[in-house]
Order: sequence, then structure tokens, then C-alpha cells
Amino acid sequence: MNGILIRNGYVVDKSKTEQNDIYIENGRIAAVGRDIPCTPKEVIDAKGMFVLPGLIDMHCHLREPGQEHKETIETGSYAALKGGFTSIACMPNTSPPIDNAPLVRFVKSRAEAAGNAKVYVIGCITKGQKGEELAEIAKMQEEGIVAISDDGTFVTDSSLMKNALEYAKTYGLLTISHSEDKTLSNSGVVNEGVNSTVAGLRGINRAAEEIGVAREIILAEHTGARLHIAHVSTAGSIELVRSAKNRGVKVTCETCPHYFTATDEEVLSYNTNAKINPPLREDADVDAIIAGLKDGTIDVIATDHAPHTKSEKNREFDAAPFGTVGFETALSLAYTFLVDTGDIELPELVRLMSYNPSKILGIEGGQLKQGAVADIAIFDPEIEWTVNAAELSSKSKNSLFDGWKLTGKVTQVIVDGVIKRI
Amino acid sequence: MLRSKDLLGLKGLTAEEIESIISLAFDMKRVLKSRQTTNDLSGKSVVTLFYENSTRTRNSFETAARLMGARTSSIAASTSSVTKGESLIDTGRTLDALMADIIIIRHSMSGAPHLLAKNVKAGVINAGDGMDEHPTQALLDIYTMKEKFGSVKGLKVVMVGDIKHSRVARSNLWALNKLGAQVVLVAPNTLLPAGIESLGCTVVPDLEEAAVGANVIMGLRLQLERQKAGLFPSISEYSSMFEINREKIAGASPDLLIMHPGPINRDIEICGEIADSGLSVINEQVTNGVAVRMAVMKLLGGSK
Repeated sequence: MNGILIRNGYVVDKSKTEQNDIYIENGRIAAVGRDIPCTPKEVIDAKGMFVLPGLIDMHCHLREPGQEHKETIETGSYAALKGGFTSIACMPNTSPPIDNAPLVRFVKSRAEAAGNAKVYVIGCITKGQKGEELAEIAKMQEEGIVAISDDGTFVTDSSLMKNALEYAKTYGLLTISHSEDKTLSNSGVVNEGVNSTVAGLRGINRAAEEIGVAREIILAEHTGARLHIAHVSTAGSIELVRSAKNRGVKVTCETCPHYFTATDEEVLSYNTNAKINPPLREDADVDAIIAGLKDGTIDVIATDHAPHTKSEKNREFDAAPFGTVGFETALSLAYTFLVDTGDIELPELVRLMSYNPSKILGIEGGQLKQGAVADIAIFDPEIEWTVNAAELSSKSKNSLFDGWKLTGKVTQVIVDGVIKRI
Repeated sequence: MLRSKDLLGLKGLTAEEIESIISLAFDMKRVLKSRQTTNDLSGKSVVTLFYENSTRTRNSFETAARLMGARTSSIAASTSSVTKGESLIDTGRTLDALMADIIIIRHSMSGAPHLLAKNVKAGVINAGDGMDEHPTQALLDIYTMKEKFGSVKGLKVVMVGDIKHSRVARSNLWALNKLGAQVVLVAPNTLLPAGIESLGCTVVPDLEEAAVGANVIMGLRLQLERQKAGLFPSISEYSSMFEINREKIAGASPDLLIMHPGPINRDIEICGEIADSGLSVINEQVTNGVAVRMAVMKLLGGSK
């Protein structure tokens, strides 16, 4: 008696949904079909549920080293599991930032010790994220980084960014850009629009993001390097990516659930969990993002899970840090606001949240076929639940979605063929 | 009584609530001018918590509170434990513990009074938060207009200056719209907030053109640092286009009122001659401010 059998579920992969059983043995998927001949040690009855390849989050913040009061690799990777994420890639803007090989090794060993979701490391583009000198990218790659990024900051020196793209290209590494012209975003805290005027809050004009995106695309185009735009939030950014892809530029991009489920109306009550960078935008942007998800312009839905403590967020709006946590609500939000509405089908969602990230980062996962790694999330679409931020598993509870009613929840998670307790 | 224990802004008030404050203020002005006092706040503690400097607004609130029998105290953030890093919420809780009934807060960050109000038992009055609102200023402005014109409805009110950063302009805009006035804004685009015309006003960048038929022209304070931020090229250019002077107001209504929240930058926002003339009600605004603040504090009545 060996292995795990998942029975009666609707297996969803990147192209179809089909009722099938899955048999797992020795950490891998041994068979997908009906009436699989096997003698499993454990049987999971997935009747009425969707069986998905484990989700892969290519943008999150685990805050370790240096900001463990907000989150740790252990608590973050556990919260990720609860959201159905079996692999996550964490950003390097920690204290100190992950700009050298020993720190990459540190994060990986902490993740291994935790034994929750698999953690992949994204290294800095520049030393200390200062935007002045390249970080030791090749040495970090030897330790296994999957991409480089100075997320949270923008490399303002275009010549340095061009060098970074060329250098990363040498090693086949992906460069992820947080695209933002900081001279334009300045001291802004919300989207510049009618709602910023009504609330009396300093606005960030959308040009700040779009100018950043345009520059990165042009540099990627001329260097032939692989570029991924982080957290796109505006209709203009999506249009820039769309036309770049049409020209054959090697660009991919991601958005986050808050950009297709919420607008800057959320800031009227000075809710600091609605203070996010890039900021929540307007209805037309939400529509453009959904259109971009449908037509493939947007490749990935990532969480940008950004934990901050209660005292940090329970402050005057201007003084609060940017960000919302996102692991535990992402899939349910995507299901409620994209699939349940009929905008996209589940296989498309699997591409956005599992298959595409695995291809872009070059890591295993994203598929439910014989021989694939047994990273699986089981999702029950019948569970109607209300988000209670206080009960989230991440160490910090700063969720924009507190009190929201969602459809569907992850009930089981398997990593490397092992059922994880969540 | 107002619906809430606090007065955080005018955008959330109904026209009726605004009218009730104004009409009570008329009674309070009579008390004030006859140098009387009342017992409305007898035994109550009113604290002014100012994170930004102010003499006139703070003084106005303290005068109003004492005329109604309250004991008052004031905290200036620059000399308090705020410099030791004490948070707004902790400061508020300390004031609750000191049995404050009403806290009057001025803060440089929009939404600060809302955060405070959620976390204290005391009633909170917003004396100006960032670029959001300055409700008692707009209330006294409306009072001043009502005193002169009887009603605000149908009046053409022109506001000139840095609308973008002005909480006074915003509070006035919300109230004037609710009460049926016609609002015209005069400013270069760099000093106008996003989408302002969709909120119930028109923008006419030429002051002389905007002033035609105006019943009220309100100058707003220009913060001279805005020039360094690249929002306009020079004080000289600003005042040549936007200074309220005889030439610019030639086409205004004969019953024109010149208003300004003060303190004025003489000969930049308003020419000195006009500020000192019979058209100006700038000093009357200050007196009306005490009456309006008496009315507000009486209606809030202290903590529940």
C-alpha cells in the first residue's frame, strides 16, 4: 500500500477540465485517469471539487531577514499553502536585501526547515537595491535564484538597467521590473483621480507606472533580454505590453487580485489596507485588466503579498506603509470575480496562476500529467465564506479584503506528494 | 444634535444639518456680541490638539469653548510627547483618560481626525486635515454669506487660488453645492485637483471673466513653497494673473463680498486696498468663526 489517490474530482489543467482520478507515488503523479489500478495508502474524495496543479506565486514578500515582526519565511510559506500555493518566489527587498549568494542560501535553508510551500528566491538587480551597481547576479544564480528584481524601487539609471538586462541575458535569467517613475509618483499615496480629490489625498498619476513600463519595454526590445513587468494596474500599461508582444518583444507581465476586484473608491474611508503601490485604480482600468487576462496580454496573476503589522497600518493614511496581504484570498478572489462571472474558464485560471508562472520562472509545476511533480491544490467551489482578517494564517492581518464574501476555498494541498496540514 | 459624535467634514452632512448649525450660530453671535456667556459646556473639557501651527483657529475654538463654560487646554505637537514618537491613537487615548469631552484636531495628514474619532470616546472636531476638509471654516464662510445675502441659494461664489491643496476650498465646495450656490474656481491647471469639475463647479482660469456677476470672491492662501515645487513660475506671475484687485473685479455684482480665510499674503492674493475696503468681510469672518464654533460645540454637546 503506497501513494495517494485523489478520486472523483474535476481535474483542471491548462487546457481542459475533466473528471478524473489522480494517483500519486513517490512525490510524482503516477497516473491520471478513471479506474487507475493501484493500492493507495490514502484516498482523498474530491467529489464536486476542482483538482488544480499547485498554484505558483511569482511575487510575494516574506520579510525575512530583518522584518520578522511582519512575517517570516515559515509563517508566510504556511499562509501560502492555505491559499493553494505550493511554490512561491519571494522578493529580495528584505533587511538586508538579498543581493548576495549567502543570503540566497539563507532563505532557501529557512524555507526547507519550514517545510511548507516551496520557496524560490528572487535576487536583487543592484547591490542593496540602491540602483548604483549590479549585484552579484551570477553567484546568486549558482545558489538558484529564479529571477532578479529591485521590487519596491525602480532602477532610475537607464544605462545601468540596460546593463542589468544584458548581464541577466548572459545567464538566461528573467528580470522583473517594478515600473515606476518616482519623480512622478513623488509623495503620492493613492491613484490620482476624482476620489483622490474628494479624500484630499495626494495622487499618483498613472503616467508614473506607464513611463516606467515603456522604458523597460524599449530596453528589453533593444537588448533581446527577457523582461517581466510586475503588478500592472493601468489600462495604458496593458496596452504598452500588448503592442510590445505584437512586435515580438520578450515581455511578460502580471497583475494582482486587487487590481481586478477593487478601485480607488476604497480609499474614501481612509482604509490603509487600500493603500497599495501601484495604487488601486478606476473602473476603466479594472475592465482593461480583465480584458488583458482574457486575451493573454497578462500572463500571470500574482499576489504581491505584502504584510505589515497592525501598528504600522493603524496610522494616518499618509504615514502607513503600502501593501495588502494576499496569499489566502487570491484564488477565491480570482474564482469569484473572474470564473464565476463567466469572464474566464478554470483552465485559463490554471494557466494564469500555475502553468505560466512555472514556464516563466523555469521551475517545475503547473501541470497535472503523468510524471509531473505532485504539487496539487484541491478547491471546493461550493464553500461560501467571508474573509475574517483576524483569522488569517499570515503573521500580519492587513487584508484589503476583510469582510468580503467570496465563493470557493482551498481545502487540501499536496506538496511533493505529501499532504500538508492546513 | 448632529447624527454623529464628531464633525469631521461637510461632505457627509445633509443640507439640513448644515442649516441647523448655521441657524444656531446666529443665536450664538448675539450672545457673543453682547459679551455674554452660556452654560452649554459647563463642566466639560475641550482640548485643542494641533499638529500644525495656528493662532487664529486655535484661539477661536478656545474662545468659543470658554464662553460656554468649558475648561480648555491645548496641546501643540511640537512641544508634546509627539516629538517622542507617540502615535495619534495613543495621544487620543491619553486625552480620553484625562476626561476630555471634545478634542479639536488640526493635522497635516488627511484622514487623521477620522482615525482619531474611531479610537476615542470624546467628540472630535476637524480643525483642518491635510488637503481634505476644514469644516468650521466653510461653515463660517457660509454663515457670512447668509448674514449678508439671506440665503446662499443661487449665489455666484468664486474661489481663487491654490484649490489643489486647499481644504477650505473643498469644504466650501461640498457645502455650497448642497445649499444650491453656483461655484466657479479660478486657478492655473497645476493648482487644480484631478476631476474637480465633475464635483459640481466650473473652472474659469481668467479672474476678470470669472468675476462677472460674482456675489462672493474668496481668495485662498498661497503657500509660497508651491513655487519651488514647480507649480507656477513666480510669485510675480501668480499675482499678476490671480491677485484680487479693482481691475479684475470691475464686472462683479454691486453687492460683492470679498472673503479670505486668513492670514492674507497682502498684494499677492488680494491687493491691500481691497482687503482694507468696505467690500472685505475678512475680519467679520473671524468673529463669525467664534459664533459658528460655539454652535458646533453646543450641538456635539461633549462625549456620550
